Amino acid sequence: MAVLVVAEHDNEELNEATLKAVTAAQAIGGDIDILCAGNDCGSVAEAAAKIEGVRKVRCAKDPALEHFLAEAMEAVIVPLMDEYDAMVAPATTVGKNFAPRVAAKLDVMQLSDVTAVEDADTFVRPIYAGNAMMTVKSGDAKKVVTVRPTTFQAANAQGGAAEVEELSVDLGDLKSQFVGEELSDSDRPELAAAKIVISGGRGMGNGENFHMLDSIADRLGAAVGASRAAVDAGFVPNEYQVGQTGKVVAPDLYIAVGISGAIQHLAGMKDSKTIVAINKDEEAPIFQVADYGLVADLFDALPKFEEEIDKLGYKAG
Amino acid sequence: MKILVPVKRVLDYNVKARVKPDQSGVDLSNVKMSMNPFDEISVEEAVRLKEDGKAEEIVVVSIGPEKAQETIRTALAMGADRGILIKTDETVEPLGVAKLLAKVVEEESPDMVVLGKQAIDDDANATGQMLGALLGWPQGTFASKVEIADGAANVTREVDGGLQTIKINLPAIVTTDLRLNEPRYASLPNIMKAKRKPIDMKVPDDYGVDIAPRLQVVKVTEPPKREAGEIVESVEELVSKLKNEAGVL
Repeated sequence: MAVLVVAEHDNEELNEATLKAVTAAQAIGGDIDILCAGNDCGSVAEAAAKIEGVRKVRCAKDPALEHFLAEAMEAVIVPLMDEYDAMVAPATTVGKNFAPRVAAKLDVMQLSDVTAVEDADTFVRPIYAGNAMMTVKSGDAKKVVTVRPTTFQAANAQGGAAEVEELSVDLGDLKSQFVGEELSDSDRPELAAAKIVISGGRGMGNGENFHMLDSIADRLGAAVGASRAAVDAGFVPNEYQVGQTGKVVAPDLYIAVGISGAIQHLAGMKDSKTIVAINKDEEAPIFQVADYGLVADLFDALPKFEEEIDKLGYKAG
Repeated sequence: MKILVPVKRVLDYNVKARVKPDQSGVDLSNVKMSMNPFDEISVEEAVRLKEDGKAEEIVVVSIGPEKAQETIRTALAMGADRGILIKTDETVEPLGVAKLLAKVVEEESPDMVVLGKQAIDDDANATGQMLGALLGWPQGTFASKVEIADGAANVTREVDGGLQTIKINLPAIVTTDLRLNEPRYASLPNIMKAKRKPIDMKVPDDYGVDIAPRLQVVKVTEPPKREAGEIVESVEELVSKLKNEAGVL
């Protein structure tokens, strides 16, 4: 048995989601190799080589791989799969983009957004926005798996000394090309990896009021999220969205402010360790999943909350 | 330009899924079914491209039971021109759907296939990408903006860190994300008109592809329940409990 884990990275740093994917690969079993596909991504390959339990790192470098275009990723991964029984990638927007292409090329049904690996053939995955969990046994010879990073422990990033192999890359004629990107420039932790997340909903009233959350987030070292309602209302960009169709988070502390708790939002945060809900409507469904609920006007509660954490030593800036 | 829009009939997004007591699946008897919300966005986008003079014909296709005709009619009422129903009562996995769609593409030769990024029942987020691979077409997934010019599409995509724009040569696959547009409600005259639009009735055997499921469902269970906690009286009490009881501050 051998498993190929496709690393998530930005050509400079290895994303922690890769470590989670390695843990999932270990549960499938066999030798674990990591593919670093990107441009000028030598530092990523070096980091991947240090992950405990990794046999080999395979590095594919090409300018056309810099932005992980699905077609280009497919061209690199599919030929490699002759040597592997399974491919595992984190279920990020990068992984979700290329993995099904690999699966279709191998004529196998992808296992999407897997939350638990029971054995080499049996996987658990959420369906219906996490309102049901489906256990499936794959009859395919090879497995293509995307894993939900929040449900796996990170593998040890240190302790390994795998060799790094440079692959020769032939991407053929690509029919897609990168044009540009607008990435949010934030010093805050990434939503999916943050230990504390504070999210706002429609109750925030407008985008301007999200500064109240920003200010608390900066003190706590937290990430700021939002419900789909807040995104739909145009308060914040879509990359803030937590939920079935946005990001799935499972921080130690999740603070939901002015969020009613629609099914699709709960799907994205209900695995958080501690959930706090602040909402003026005591009937809001969010209180049914909250460990601590505060029925209050958020415009009164947030300034007070900031004062209280200040007393605990969480200082501004 | 001709656009193909696959649509799926799913449990209405406002209805909470209930797991069957025998753990064989989710109970779909006597519940409201609707078009997958992302597919509505796909139909809307296709109709807008037609209204802008960028597309001439919109064909909708659904793979599902007899009643999926209603879903096709909804799309026709929104402005699509004709439908194809590939009728089956079996569950067809995204791989099987992609194979059937590849055959439909062969027959219809569309310039673009616009699909929802995921169906809200199986949440697989795979069909569009699989179809792209089977056809050897480029793809612009999770689209929040689509612009057509000179035989290519500029697609702005919702990615984890923000937005990414790529240029894909036509023919191509586009999968739609929430912010691409706000689907219209069909007007009564258009609903009446849609009744006269043609729907071609097919069965999977007409296409000669293997759509047998690859995944055997072992069981479907309720997710672990979260118990409601306590209501605190003040912000002071909240912060104190987060520090001393939960240990998260």
